[in-house]
Amino acid sequence: MAAPAEEAAGSGPGSPSSARRRLSIISGHLRGSPWAPGREGPSPSPCKARGAPAGPASGSIPKKRQELLKWNGWGYNDSKFIFNKKGQAEFTGRRYRLGGMVLPTFKEWIEKTFGASLEHKSTSRASLNVNDVPPSIISEEFLQDLIATKISYSQDAEDRVFRAHGHCLHEIFALREGIFRRIPDIVVWPVCHEDVVKIVELACKHSLCIIPFGGGTSVSSALECPEEEKRTIVSLDTSQMNRILWIDEKNLTACVEAGIVGQDLEKQLAESGFCTGHEPDSMEFSSLGGWVATRASGMKKNIYGNIEDLVIHIKMVTPRGIVEKNCQVPRMSTGPDIHHFIMGSEGTLGVVTEVTVKIRPVPEYQKYGSVVFPNFERGVACLREVAKQRCAPASIRLVDNAQFQFGHALKPQVASIFTSFLDGLKKFYITKFKGFDPNILCVATLLFEGDREKVLQHEKQVYDIATKFGGLAAGEDNGQRGYMLTFVIAYLRDLGLDYYVIGESFETSVPWDRVLDLCRNVKERIVRECKEKGVQFAPFSTCRVTQTYDAGACVYFYFAFNYRGISDPIHVYEQIERAAREEILANGGSLSHHHGVGKLRKRWMKESISDVGLGMLRSVKEYVDPNNIFGNKNLL
Amino acid sequence: MNHMYLAGNCFLFLSHSLFVYSQQKELMSKKRDEFEDILEERRVSSDLRYAMKCYAPVIYKGLSPCKPNAIKSAVLQSEQVQYVIKQLAKETGESPDIIQEEAMEILDEMGHSMQLGAVRFFAFTLSKIFKRLFQRVCVNEEGMQRLQQAIQEHPVVLLPSHRSYIDFLMLSYLLYTYDLALPVIAAGIDFLGMKIVGELLRRAGAFFMRRSFGGNRLYWAVFAEYVKTMLRNGYAPIEFFLEGTRSRTAKTLTPKFGLLSIVMEPFFKREVFDTYLVPISISYERILEESLYAYELLGVPKPKESTSGLLKARRILSDNFGTIHIYVGQPVSLRTLASGRINRCPYNLVPRHLPQKPSDDIQEFVSDVAYKMELLQIENMVLRPWVLVAAVLLQNLPAVDFELLIEKTLWLKGLTQTFGGFIEWPDNLCAKKAITSGLALHSNIARLVDGHVVLNDKGAEDGAVGEIIFKRALAVLMCGTYRNQLLNVFVRPSLVVVALQMTRSFRKEEVYSCFSFLRDVFSDEFIFFPGISLKDFEEGCFLLTKCGAIQTTQQEIYPTDKGSVVISFLSAMFRPFMEGYQLIFRYLSKEAKETFTEKQFISGVRNFVFQLLEKGNTQCYEALSSDIQKNALAALVQLGAVKKKKIPCVDLLEIVNDSRIPVQKPVAARL
Repeated sequence: MAAPAEEAAGSGPGSPSSARRRLSIISGHLRGSPWAPGREGPSPSPCKARGAPAGPASGSIPKKRQELLKWNGWGYNDSKFIFNKKGQAEFTGRRYRLGGMVLPTFKEWIEKTFGASLEHKSTSRASLNVNDVPPSIISEEFLQDLIATKISYSQDAEDRVFRAHGHCLHEIFALREGIFRRIPDIVVWPVCHEDVVKIVELACKHSLCIIPFGGGTSVSSALECPEEEKRTIVSLDTSQMNRILWIDEKNLTACVEAGIVGQDLEKQLAESGFCTGHEPDSMEFSSLGGWVATRASGMKKNIYGNIEDLVIHIKMVTPRGIVEKNCQVPRMSTGPDIHHFIMGSEGTLGVVTEVTVKIRPVPEYQKYGSVVFPNFERGVACLREVAKQRCAPASIRLVDNAQFQFGHALKPQVASIFTSFLDGLKKFYITKFKGFDPNILCVATLLFEGDREKVLQHEKQVYDIATKFGGLAAGEDNGQRGYMLTFVIAYLRDLGLDYYVIGESFETSVPWDRVLDLCRNVKERIVRECKEKGVQFAPFSTCRVTQTYDAGACVYFYFAFNYRGISDPIHVYEQIERAAREEILANGGSLSHHHGVGKLRKRWMKESISDVGLGMLRSVKEYVDPNNIFGNKNLL
Repeated sequence: MNHMYLAGNCFLFLSHSLFVYSQQKELMSKKRDEFEDILEERRVSSDLRYAMKCYAPVIYKGLSPCKPNAIKSAVLQSEQVQYVIKQLAKETGESPDIIQEEAMEILDEMGHSMQLGAVRFFAFTLSKIFKRLFQRVCVNEEGMQRLQQAIQEHPVVLLPSHRSYIDFLMLSYLLYTYDLALPVIAAGIDFLGMKIVGELLRRAGAFFMRRSFGGNRLYWAVFAEYVKTMLRNGYAPIEFFLEGTRSRTAKTLTPKFGLLSIVMEPFFKREVFDTYLVPISISYERILEESLYAYELLGVPKPKESTSGLLKARRILSDNFGTIHIYVGQPVSLRTLASGRINRCPYNLVPRHLPQKPSDDIQEFVSDVAYKMELLQIENMVLRPWVLVAAVLLQNLPAVDFELLIEKTLWLKGLTQTFGGFIEWPDNLCAKKAITSGLALHSNIARLVDGHVVLNDKGAEDGAVGEIIFKRALAVLMCGTYRNQLLNVFVRPSLVVVALQMTRSFRKEEVYSCFSFLRDVFSDEFIFFPGISLKDFEEGCFLLTKCGAIQTTQQEIYPTDKGSVVISFLSAMFRPFMEGYQLIFRYLSKEAKETFTEKQFISGVRNFVFQLLEKGNTQCYEALSSDIQKNALAALVQLGAVKKKKIPCVDLLEIVNDSRIPVQKPVAARL
């Protein structure tokens, strides 16, 4: 087939500049503030940070999160979906490519998909009601000791509330119209490893409970404070521990403080010509320590690996002391890898303070791509073959038809008649000439990275496989838009919440032979549960395959529905999500691929890893933290 | 003028049927659908046009139609079958190609090749035949509508009761009439012996299974995969008989589990989202094979299916077989049944194409589902007045006064409805007319002589003693076939009554323990949901209380004065089984050798009972039935009183000498 080759040969967007553009998308999220003064470069000496004059925070995320980020929703204050005066959907702000653009067909899609109407709004409270916030309970002795350490802290109501939650639906809903029963009593901002050591010592001395807080993007109720916790809860915010301590170009490693968020890490490494390549969808806000604590996975894991492949060394402060290895080597045979006690421990054992990660030179060339398949089955078969041949590009994702249509609805107004003509022509070719049913077809998006030469070769190999499965190349632009939407999609829930639509995403991993059955059954289960629970409009229930492995795939579900007419939507929502998870497990899927367990999925842990397995984890917890200082009650 | 008259008539009719309806509703505890006669339409319009009608059945969502040959090759190429082929090749040293060919042959022998032409041919001929044989074929239309809905949602498994060869012909005919996808039917392979008919059946969608293939792994793999492929893709509803074979006694047979567990597996492995199980109750006012069955039960062997045999059966075409009632039950979601019961782990840890022995959990679940489905069949099985007549008649041999018969039949009708039986009384007929018409239809079984109804055992007066007994037994068994249709509705209260009489105590505990013992003894005779003895007991007590036959306190059960009629009727109804079993046990303890084969046992019991009948020492003709004999033996095996020994080719049975079954004493006491 000629089409893919032609696409590949074309210049334009496929130039090296696209790599830079992607970086600039990410760095574009940064506020315009200059580098913090006194920060010439990476420095190995600990705790210089405190000497720096007060001023704008050095990282992207300030101590007062709410100054930059929404207090009751996702992402930046200035970025959100709105309906403008003409009633058309629009995305505000200038941080994203979609910023300032009008999305002409989006309103219709919402109305059609959810039966939602713009006339029925469900608005959030305008600001946090400080009087509703539980008081900060804290002993004078501890406060005196804390002040003596000179570690920055706050007992302000807003600061405490904004660290009492992640981004689960029920948490956001509570911010908008409910309350949290238990929140941290105090927030502390250590700036280095030694600060953390001091805080943990104080916690042991005064018998406090510490809940580490990184980027706050958890979707597993991991940040929720246990209601029955009677001790003072200290929220340990790592956001100010965000320096790259050193870069080792010979071994291609970098030692980084765990509080750094993804976009800062990549941006700062890029200045030296490096990257980690770890790009979870939340990378603008999530932190290195958070990735370690949840066993995170990045979009480009096919080249760079998941967090467990990236990590060379971890330093963690626990009530027992500091745990770390004696060297920074690629592999060692010294019993079970202690890193694997730490990765996925979800803040139950201690605070990760410094991590040495692998780094790579920033790739020379980056190219997006997309392939249309006649149906989802063929698409999955193609991905399976790509995985089998071990030629997966940096990222390969397959969205089902519903999500394809959703992506379509987010298409901005076209600039010229010419582009609209071209779009029409493409559509005609695929649906009329090739006979794809627009209500069945599905799309894979691709991202290639590396040497220009190799990328083009690689691209050809993948498109050749796709052709065998009836795939048609559908252009770079569609691919790029797909990845851009990944960042923007999280903003959509806030819009939905304004119009009685609630939703969430969840994920799993599953062996290849069960992918199709699992996708079909879970979607069907959601539709059915909604019907049974009295949801009046059929829900939006859709999935995509987001990662491929030798032995299976990661599948991501989006699920949303219009809750008008339901008195307790959150409860209904949770029941349905629980049913969906049951369905996943019954279909041979895992409890989680990368979101983690938190408190949301604890009930299935025993089934997932057996009684003995759970006992093994418990005994580690009992040794490391016998007094349950790290008492967030996740996981176990 | 004419119009006015018609309208007035309509109104009258309407108001009348409304009245009947509301009356029925009061009597019936469960709401059941109305029936429609599908032959009515056939009697007034062209059969040819009907056979050639546009036939475009609704299909399972997202299904792409597929030729039978494509299905066969998909089965052959499937991982499941290929795996077994490779395994066998490794074990036997045979080349995989040869085994593959063997598999292909199995598939060819088994697979259906549904063709619309054959279906139309059947539609035409069956219309002709059915109109000849039956007065009416009544179907609950709402059930058909539910079925139509179900077929589009999930794969469907049809589970009809099995009383006659007519069953599956009728069901296919019915689905064709309602423009639904024709089912593929698991039929016994003996049909293939019928040359042309076998092939025609195949083209009409039947697929064939060997009666036993336990040891043949290749056959099992090919067969299971064939069924599952049909099911997974939703090509057509699968139809098979839980009872495994036609019930010769019209009493529901205990279920077989093999096919059921095959059709449930795709759901367990989540290859399908859900599977609908649809219980279907087909009841015949007069069973086509009634006399054939009676001969068979008495040991005159069943004629092999052959086309010439079928042609000889032509003469029955001139006979009248009354009305058929088909009740299509509510589709039951397997997912709903399984929720919370199945541990999913075993299915997640082994690749799905590997053959896997079902866990104990699963086996228990399959068995529960099988029983549940049979109980649903029983619940919706239509009972005709003749069934009541037969029950009364068998308790009043040799003759009963006609007026008394009418009175008792009406009384029994009320009792049956109290117990939840589904009686369809012919519309607008008074009891006398209904019973007369029943007698006319069954003139081969009973007749009216001088105002008395007697069994029709013609030729019993003259001839040798043996022949008299044989003729009489034939008549009793045929009559019993109809009474039997009541038994599963009556069994719980009746066993409570029997237990009450046997224990001669009013203490609930003792009555229950006797009831529970009886339930175990009769576990192959009647259908009990496994493991809920107490619930069955309570249900029996509840029904007896409801009809005023007993009163219960916390500790005790008392028969009431006015309940004696009910109590004696119920115990008489089950007397043939009590006595039959006692005779069989007596034979085993006195006459039988230490070890014997089932064949030897059957003929031994038969001779033993025959002699007793000759001497006039018993009146229990039903003990001659091989059905009772086999059931009793199976019960003894289950209770551990008889042991089964596997010796190549033959099953040997051995009496366990020191077997003491706790509550057997009452039985022994009554002997």
